[in-house]
Amino acid sequence: MSNPVPEVPAVRLQGIGKRFPGVIANDNINIDVMRGTIHAIVGENGAGKSTLMKILYGVQRPDSGTIEVDGTQVSMGSPADAIKAGVGMVFQHFQLADNLTVLENVVLGAEKLHGIGGRARQRIVEISDSYSLGVEPDELVEDLGVGARQRVEILKVLYRGARTIILDEPTAVLVPQEVDELFGNLRGLKDEGLAVIFISHKLDEVLSVADEITVIRRGTTVTTVTDPSSVTARDLAELMVGSELPQASSEASTVTDEVLLSVQSLSLPGSGARPLLDDLSFDIHRGEILGIAGVEGNGQAELVEAIMGMRERATGTIRLIDTDLSSASTRQRRESGIGYIPEDRHRHGLLLDSPLWENRVLGHQGRPPSVKRGIVDKRAARQDTLRIIDEYDVRTPGPGVLARALSGGNQQKLIVGREMSGDPILLIAAHPTRGVDVGAQAAIWNHIKTARREGLAVLLISADLDELIGLSDRIEVILRGRFVGSFDPSDVTPQQLGSAMTGAGATA
Amino acid sequence: MSTPTESTTPVGATPGPQGNRGLRPWSGRSGRWWLIVGLVLGFAALSVLRVVTGADDLTSSGTIRATLIALSPIMLAGLGGLWAERAGVVNIGLEGMMILGTYGAGYFGYTYGAWAGVIGAIALGMIGGLIHATATVVFGVDHIISGVAINIIALGAVQYLASLTFVGLPGGGATQSPKIPSLPTITIGPLSDGLGDLEDQDLFLVSDLASLLRALCTNLSVLVLIGLALLVLSYFLLWRTAFGLRLRSCGESPSAAESLGVAVMRYKFGAVLISGGFAGLAGGVLAMVASSNYRDGQTGGRGYIGLAAMLFGNWRPGGLLMGSGLFGYTETLGLRQGGTSVRALLLAVAVLAVVGGVVLILRRKSVGGAITIGIGVLVALVYFLIDEVPGDFVTMAPYVTTLLVLAFASQRLRMPAADGQVYRKGSAG
Amino acid sequence: MSTRLVSFLLGLLAAVLALVAAFAITSLVLIIAGDPVGEVWGEILTFPEQRNLANIINNATVLYLSGLAVAVAFKMNLFNIGVDGQYRIAAFVAAVVAGEAWLPGYLNTALAILAAVLVGAAWAGIAGLLRATRGVSEVISTIMLNFISTSVVAYFLRKAAVREEGSNTLGTREIPEGSRIPSFSIGDGPGTEIYGFIFIAAAAGFAYWFVLNKTRFGFNLRATGQSTTAAVASGISVKRMTIGAMLISGGVAGLVGLPILFGDSYSYGSTFQSGLGFAGIAIALLGRNHPIGIALGALLFAFLDEQSNPLQILVGVSPDIVAITQGVIVLTVVISYELVRRFGVRLEQQQVAKADRPVDEPKEVTA
Repeated sequence: MSNPVPEVPAVRLQGIGKRFPGVIANDNINIDVMRGTIHAIVGENGAGKSTLMKILYGVQRPDSGTIEVDGTQVSMGSPADAIKAGVGMVFQHFQLADNLTVLENVVLGAEKLHGIGGRARQRIVEISDSYSLGVEPDELVEDLGVGARQRVEILKVLYRGARTIILDEPTAVLVPQEVDELFGNLRGLKDEGLAVIFISHKLDEVLSVADEITVIRRGTTVTTVTDPSSVTARDLAELMVGSELPQASSEASTVTDEVLLSVQSLSLPGSGARPLLDDLSFDIHRGEILGIAGVEGNGQAELVEAIMGMRERATGTIRLIDTDLSSASTRQRRESGIGYIPEDRHRHGLLLDSPLWENRVLGHQGRPPSVKRGIVDKRAARQDTLRIIDEYDVRTPGPGVLARALSGGNQQKLIVGREMSGDPILLIAAHPTRGVDVGAQAAIWNHIKTARREGLAVLLISADLDELIGLSDRIEVILRGRFVGSFDPSDVTPQQLGSAMTGAGATA
Repeated sequence: MSTPTESTTPVGATPGPQGNRGLRPWSGRSGRWWLIVGLVLGFAALSVLRVVTGADDLTSSGTIRATLIALSPIMLAGLGGLWAERAGVVNIGLEGMMILGTYGAGYFGYTYGAWAGVIGAIALGMIGGLIHATATVVFGVDHIISGVAINIIALGAVQYLASLTFVGLPGGGATQSPKIPSLPTITIGPLSDGLGDLEDQDLFLVSDLASLLRALCTNLSVLVLIGLALLVLSYFLLWRTAFGLRLRSCGESPSAAESLGVAVMRYKFGAVLISGGFAGLAGGVLAMVASSNYRDGQTGGRGYIGLAAMLFGNWRPGGLLMGSGLFGYTETLGLRQGGTSVRALLLAVAVLAVVGGVVLILRRKSVGGAITIGIGVLVALVYFLIDEVPGDFVTMAPYVTTLLVLAFASQRLRMPAADGQVYRKGSAG
Repeated sequence: MSTRLVSFLLGLLAAVLALVAAFAITSLVLIIAGDPVGEVWGEILTFPEQRNLANIINNATVLYLSGLAVAVAFKMNLFNIGVDGQYRIAAFVAAVVAGEAWLPGYLNTALAILAAVLVGAAWAGIAGLLRATRGVSEVISTIMLNFISTSVVAYFLRKAAVREEGSNTLGTREIPEGSRIPSFSIGDGPGTEIYGFIFIAAAAGFAYWFVLNKTRFGFNLRATGQSTTAAVASGISVKRMTIGAMLISGGVAGLVGLPILFGDSYSYGSTFQSGLGFAGIAIALLGRNHPIGIALGALLFAFLDEQSNPLQILVGVSPDIVAITQGVIVLTVVISYELVRRFGVRLEQQQVAKADRPVDEPKEVTA
């Protein structure tokens, strides 16, 4: 696995610092990336990894520090500078035009290199073959799956002669088989003498493919591990978080026998051969939190939307106590007692340009206190919003402020308060503390635990292990739309969870 | 070198939506064949219709010539729309820019000569494009609102300018310009006469073809020819050059384009300017070829019909030409023996509806299929009950056609992915 | 300062900025054309005589209804460019119904108004249905419907019309005296009457405000206009809202031609006023979709139209210059509001930051 290490690092970052108003994103970062290696950068959400990579790619300028590429100091004012220095970036959110072919996407902006016709096509096939990317130039990007699109992004970068490739959370949207393919490609790149920088917070994956690992915490480098075989995921996690893995809740169990939500044979066809949800059946009892673990893109979002009635093509039965909601509209399901904390609060949970009291009404337009017989009672809505602001510690000058002006944590607290105020029977919490500051996160966890104690059933979707293990009474792992493993949070190991989530050991 | 053994299939483990090609008959290499086949079949169908219904004017050379003149401004306006939307900017202001063009043709044509009129039309159209570009690209105004504003401004401006400049001139006034000198036309004498004889013989398909060819070599305006040439040039520029690729990428994914170093704002701005120029030229054709001076209200909504033709053509020049041809043809029929010709077309619509309905039923969409067949039967009834379609309904034929096309084809259309998006520089990544 | 006062002042500031900019640009055009700028503004900006004042108020009433119709659709992020076609076909139907006089007196009037609202709603509903079920852009479909409306009305006018004696124009049967809406005078002399329909217009404005801000339906409508995704997640049916909004918009549009019909011409003829739909778009934008704002916008536009009438005779300048001003206002208004809005949001974020007590942990990084 190791090539003779050249003296000069492919990329050397020294003393990199970057501030945003009110936030220190990067502080005195020092990293050396050697040629012919895969170098991983790990850290929690919000540790500063993405900012660092944007600096390396010229999208942001650092406030302090230097960047050296192959021994020469460079100043990156724009992606064009980075490309000239031989640095290529594969973004987390692919930058591809669906309606154009692979060829067109690759040559865009680099038409001078090999033209836009036969020569370019030839070059693409060459690169694709030498790195086993398996990319066809004349396919429409729209027809490609996620893994293939990522390979197109890699090819884009190679086409422009990059010798250093940065991948930002590349496995976030891949299913396990695609992850394996990707790592195979990365090893191929490394063997050709490229330097691969890989940002991730998936410790198992990082350990399986990286030659060197740099841990970042709170914007600064903690350490660089040069021999990954000497550390475990747990060690890495400790370095990342600064403490041990979360303990499961030691509170007395509140789970009862009464079934509140019963889902039978829930299925949702996809656009291809593989269904998005594949015959799911499960129950949630009064006082129980069911946690759904899984790599993003395996059906969690679809599961939530199907239960909320937002997916027309879903089949199967959904019963809330004894009401059959299988063909009910979203409004009816909400009114029957489902509260919903959406994954993307800006798109699904809030009206950003409306005041908080109107956001209180959102999703509850059919019921008091906000609405009586079709008329909106502004005073009652404001009163109730004040109550929520108080009970859920939403930091805001008043209920008339626009939702947009609140921080993510406070927005989320408002949403939690609103959904709980509807006296739900079932609470669906999808990634409830994503993008939320630590203080608000603790508060929200408390509220969810309170809900459980008061007899709700909670469906919790999360990618945060802390959250899943700390809150759930039972964990189900979802993979390719199917449940593949049931675990007890108090004695599950990260390895067991990780294996189930990645399908290792199960039929791939 | 270790190579994984599984990564040989190009498409990943999760295949994307399959079989889209069938839904997009107008794109790609296969698209071009469909176009040609469609044209040939369409022409043959018209010929059949002519023989069956006896509506001779359906395919006479006079009709075809008039159709060419009628489709020109629509096509040019549609080209303007295409250039702008391919770069991601919706241009509802085509109508206003066309109005500016008619004025430009009138003023510069009268004052400085025919070709100056053409340049003047393009220039004034581009001024309209400049306003739209500044508002949408620089200031981020919603594209529709800006377009509507341009239409209001252009109308007022042109009326204001007309009363300022044309009053007191011979043949001119507040609502029209004096006569504009004409542009040259092309006529190939002997060919024209020979074809004319062939046409008069009323032979199935042969005579119709003769009419078509005759129209192309008799009194064909240079401007119409230029328009068609510009259409081909647009195709070439947009799909075969680096410039065109970059421009189209701005309309498909501006953030991807920007991340690769494309000056997105500049391309959008330029595309809208070009769009205005085309619309202006369309106005020029109206003022100088379809008639011989500027007249208030000359455009009659052709800017919008041009947009509809662009939609019909799925944002591609070939389809745009077909759409313009359809609308131009309907308009021409309306002006000539209107009533009988449109009545004949009703039969065609009825047949199409019945066939379409049967196809829908075969595809298990029985409700839609039944409705479509019902419509077909109704239309056929109308055909048999009336002698000719009243004038007003003929006038509205192009608009109804647009609505029908939109209603039935909307879901198969493939608009540029970022069309209408208000893009802020620096949103890449 | 309270946030409400601040946002009101900001809105006012934006409008004033827009108007000043529009006037400046118009003046520029005049200068380039060589027309006397000073005299033009001098003529326009004089206080109108009573006769002109009445005209202004009457025209403003009509424009107000047009702006209201457009605003309803705007609140749902829909562009109803078809107000023009909707009001003409609605006014025509109303004229025919009122002319037939199946019911006596004001019952007849009420029936006619109802007919107008229903027809206008249906005409707009076609576009709404196409949008909700087939995804057809309502921009193009309403424009097409405008043209179709012209032809349909022309055809049926020929069938239903009665030729007035000694006149060349074709028109519907005159509305009987008992069904006309009386005007009231605001001064002495002829031509100082204001259409009685102004009360109905005011009622429409109130209904607009009430339904949008106080009812659940209005809440749903505004929510869908702000964020379709949030609306869906909250249980709102976007399809129903789309169709509903277009129906209401068309219904209001149906009222646009009625002040003139019931207060002045008493029949629908081939020379019935057209073009009021586009002005409505400008006015709705200027008034920011607010019922009072739209009223002010309508008054402004009517003022400009009226005061520019004598420009040709008195100063030798075509009154169309004002159309340029109106169009430019649309652009300057939107730009100005956007700039002011961004400023306002920044102010509010600063206020919120103060209220949010400082926490030990670093805030979430916008990585």
